[in-house]
Amino acid sequence: MIKVRFFASFREKLNCEQLTLEEGEYAPLLSALKSQLADQGEHWREVMMSERTLVAINQTMTRQDVTLQSGDEVAFFPPVTGG
Amino acid sequence: MIAIQTEDFNPGQEYERLEGNKSSGAIVTFTGTVRDMNLGDKVGGLFLEHYPGMTEKALQEIIDEAMARWELQTVRVIHRIGQMYPGDRIVFVGVASAHRKEAFAACEFIMDYLKTRAPFWKKETTPEGDRWVDERESDQAAADRWL
Repeated sequence: MIKVRFFASFREKLNCEQLTLEEGEYAPLLSALKSQLADQGEHWREVMMSERTLVAINQTMTRQDVTLQSGDEVAFFPPVTGG
Repeated sequence: MIAIQTEDFNPGQEYERLEGNKSSGAIVTFTGTVRDMNLGDKVGGLFLEHYPGMTEKALQEIIDEAMARWELQTVRVIHRIGQMYPGDRIVFVGVASAHRKEAFAACEFIMDYLKTRAPFWKKETTPEGDRWVDERESDQAAADRWL
């Protein structure tokens, strides 16, 4: 099982805060998971395919494609604007 | 060292805490506040969202890196979340070091990295409605100087 979370404008655009995907329901590679989510609709495609989209695995940002493990938390969010 | 909180903070009190270490010869602090204008529009308020758990982790990594780069005695980072209004304090960074150069550099480094690496997002209220604030290239350029 993995948890997929969305923050800020992405959460609003997708009208989705969190997804829980069981074993077999998700593609094990991060890139494949993104394609899978992109297929859910136009907004999803925009978010998943945007070069601005940031990804964190287990609360650490990553730019690489990784194999997801059960228990992982994957988060998608726009560029940060704190401070 | 790190605080994420909805309530305001007292910069004077934070400054006094940084004074505690007698081997520090320099204290530099930065306080960020909410402006009433952005991109030519009046801003009536600001909502700050964050990613609980990751925020603390990201800030700790930034502080660890600052401490590896410069000899610092004390570092304090406070970031507020939730609803704020023009004039309100948002963020505080305080650094105590033996010498001023380290303290100035570390304070700026922490702010530059916080702005590009810590998962906070601002949504502002304008007369045209609420909008998410976009990232600025100048912030990324400021952070890239430290690479």
